[in-house]
Amino acid sequence: MSAEDTRVPWPRWDSPTEDWMLPGDCPVTSERTLLLELAARILFPAVLVFSLYLLLVGHYGPGGGFSGGLVAGLAFVLRHIAGGSSEGAEIGARIRVRPPVVVGVGLCVAVVTALVPAAFGAPVLSSTKVSVHVPLLGEFEIVSSLALDVGVYLLIVGVVLDLLRSLGSGIERDALDAESEAAS
Amino acid sequence: MLLALVAAHLVLACALPAVAARSTRAAFGLAAVLPAVTLVWAAAMAPAVLGGAAVEENLAWAPALHLTFDVRLDALALVMIVLVSGVGAVILAYSAFYFGRRSPDASRTSALLLFFAGAMLGLVVADDLLTLYVFWELTSIASFLLVGQSGLHRANRRAAVQALLVTVFGGLSMLLGFVLVGESAGTYRISAIVASPPTGGAVTAGIVLILLGVLTKSAQAPFHPWLPAAMAAPTPVSGYLHAASMVKAGVFLVARLSPAFASSAEWWLPLVVLGLATMLIGGWRALGATDLKRLLAFGTVSQLGFLMVLFAVGGRLAAVAGAALLLAHGLFKATLFLVVGTVDKVTGTREIGALSGLGRAMPGLAAASALAAASMAGIPPLLGFVAKEAAFEAFLLEGGLRGGVVEVGLVAGSVLTVAYSARFLWGAFATKPGVDPVTPAPASPGLTVPLWITSLAGLVLGLVAPVAAVLAEAYGDTLPARTAEEAGYHLALWHGFNLALGLSAVALAGGLLLHTGRDRVAALTRRLHHRVSAQRGYELVVSGLERLAVLVTGRLQVGSLPVYLATVLLMVIALPGIGLVLGWAWPGDVPVVHEWIQIPLGIVVVAAALAMVRARRRFTAVLLVGAVGYGIGGLFIVDGAPDLALAQFLVETLALVAFVFVLRRLPAHFTERRRPRRAIQVRKGVLAAVAGITVGVFGIVLSGARTAPATASEEFVRLAPETGATNIISAILVDFRALDTVGEITVLLVAASGTASLVLATRHDRRRRGKVRASGSGTPAHEKEVSG
Repeated sequence: MSAEDTRVPWPRWDSPTEDWMLPGDCPVTSERTLLLELAARILFPAVLVFSLYLLLVGHYGPGGGFSGGLVAGLAFVLRHIAGGSSEGAEIGARIRVRPPVVVGVGLCVAVVTALVPAAFGAPVLSSTKVSVHVPLLGEFEIVSSLALDVGVYLLIVGVVLDLLRSLGSGIERDALDAESEAAS
Repeated sequence: MLLALVAAHLVLACALPAVAARSTRAAFGLAAVLPAVTLVWAAAMAPAVLGGAAVEENLAWAPALHLTFDVRLDALALVMIVLVSGVGAVILAYSAFYFGRRSPDASRTSALLLFFAGAMLGLVVADDLLTLYVFWELTSIASFLLVGQSGLHRANRRAAVQALLVTVFGGLSMLLGFVLVGESAGTYRISAIVASPPTGGAVTAGIVLILLGVLTKSAQAPFHPWLPAAMAAPTPVSGYLHAASMVKAGVFLVARLSPAFASSAEWWLPLVVLGLATMLIGGWRALGATDLKRLLAFGTVSQLGFLMVLFAVGGRLAAVAGAALLLAHGLFKATLFLVVGTVDKVTGTREIGALSGLGRAMPGLAAASALAAASMAGIPPLLGFVAKEAAFEAFLLEGGLRGGVVEVGLVAGSVLTVAYSARFLWGAFATKPGVDPVTPAPASPGLTVPLWITSLAGLVLGLVAPVAAVLAEAYGDTLPARTAEEAGYHLALWHGFNLALGLSAVALAGGLLLHTGRDRVAALTRRLHHRVSAQRGYELVVSGLERLAVLVTGRLQVGSLPVYLATVLLMVIALPGIGLVLGWAWPGDVPVVHEWIQIPLGIVVVAAALAMVRARRRFTAVLLVGAVGYGIGGLFIVDGAPDLALAQFLVETLALVAFVFVLRRLPAHFTERRRPRRAIQVRKGVLAAVAGITVGVFGIVLSGARTAPATASEEFVRLAPETGATNIISAILVDFRALDTVGEITVLLVAASGTASLVLATRHDRRRRGKVRASGSGTPAHEKEVSG
């Protein structure tokens, strides 16, 4: 197929390209609550951004990787409850990451952060400050221990997603299996 | 150089699978180069080492703990290097032709064999007890992996586990022994311990523990059955690990430490008694074996017993004989194993009953085997004869009760050795009446040339006995000689007509006589077998352990949540509770309330907790737990801990969600049918109340127990700006106590994967390209296979 054919005709360039509701086409209409779906759709990105804020602000106020990760995890919980996803909790509709991978990546980031100072002759887990000047915004101080917080954040998000996979959709599937077995 | 050689083995072993992916022959060929280099290097060092200047090297491993890799090349190490590296190179070269070009096992086996060669090299040159222990266990692990192979066959798995259990059990007790001896001596350097042996009760206990390691590793009775079982491994592996080198580790350690301990009865008595018993048992069982490889395995057991006796008594001549026999055994047993491998390869069987007429078809192979078997039987002019003559002479010169008993035992063992040597040759090559002659496939030169090397080496070293004598006597001279005659004995092919020669003749005649009555003997060994069997002992011990484990687990893991909870709470009341009562200090000035908002929050928490006790529905209880949690979070805010409060609220929310998820699969009410009995309810209530009050009192008492000002906290506050954090909680979490954080998130990872595996345990999804193709909740096929 040539590139010409795949191009969107200009009168329809602004028509929606994806389903607006998060779960997409949900076969089980009886268990849907439109209100919750709508709320999840609006809140989900906002809560994720808030979780990033908590992650970054941790050094200066209440927050940090643990709280930020939990908030992001709760955003996925909201989506899971609203969407009733049958396949588990995917991160976004397009990127499918298995939760244990997220957990593992989080721990790897944390451990690597812990070990990197050793390569520079400093004790393990020591941190350093870097000042960056960003035009228009002014001086920034970045602390290397932020990377450890990012690891914690990822790990917590992964743990919550894993919880959704096992206790959420896993149990759901078991229940469905039990019902279908009882019916047959 | 020595340390570098050991390290090179281990490093190259890691690279071999990449080579094997292109060509398995190249992998084995490359693997053979390194042991060959080691042998050449050792030969180059030999004149200096035999002149008395041992090569020593050391590498600080953990200097703070006084741990170093000490290595030392001396006469005994040279003898062992001939076996480990010399025989190793030959066997690796042979393996290149034994394993097929497309064999899936070749890649793993080549890497593991070279890894083993490195570990074994490290073991024989180690001059530090702990270094020796590390390499000792590495060889056990290599053996486990090599015997287990791909793990596809039950026989391999069982044999591998048995070998591992027995040798590692011995290895661990040996480690304890090393610690006892090393601490008593004040040093772990073997050369220093041998120079001034420690004494005392701890050393006696240490010796016994070390012997346990020695006896298991060298397959001495009653631990020997693992060795014949390990014959499930491919034949080159058996020839290298379970004949030429690894099983010699125990014998080697005895030889190493005999100069220090041979004068104490707790050292030589068990070794001599068990060694003689092993020599006889092994020889006897070899006469009943119908599988050629099994026959050789029992032969190895027997010879290891022989070696053990020679090294244990700690006399010069016995040690000289032992060192010569060590060489001889490595050479002839490796040859015979390679012969079995070739026979197996060209005929497809190793069973004595199925082989006939092979001697006619492959006269070259038969000749090489005859040379090796003759060395094993102690027939001149082979190295085995020279060694055995010296052994007979050693105990004739020693005389006395011990000398006499050992001499009789050795002659009896030699009779059996001659008999099973003859049985091997007859079984492999003779033309048997009533059996169709086999028609062997043509053998490639790669399958015959290596075994000629080891076979001829045994002949040449026998003919030129002084060469072996230099090596063996350099070790033997480290031990005291009782008489001038013993001190002046030199290994030689011909000592004239003497009693030792007569005993050799007796052994030869007796063995051949036994061989003529082979059918009756074989039947007798089988008849006696089932009544006395160390293998059954091993099985009883293992199954007994399993039964005990089931018993204990069944008692502890009763599967009742109230019981688990009660156990935990009782421990809390019992252990820290006693400490609480003993160190009682009620703080004087505890304000009950310092903010008015604490009163309503406290009431909410208490009311929710009380209501929970009356809750009948699980859902209600979960909501009330949430209320308690949120209430406590509110108290945190009031007390000025926003970080804590934030985490508390978030965790509480998540816990609530998790509970609700789980509740979907649980009954709605706590008790479905009838109320529990009153007495049980009262007991539970009392326990819960006492535990709760204990924890509460703890909180108050501990808050008043701090006597010194919180110096650590002040430090944190002072240093926090340096870490770039104005939030001290965060500074503690990611900087001051960052290791704790890493530990805690690791715990979270373990908990999450544990939960997921528990919930999803019975479910299996077969994914392909990100999509679930097959799914079910029964037992998958592979688990059925594993559970039998």
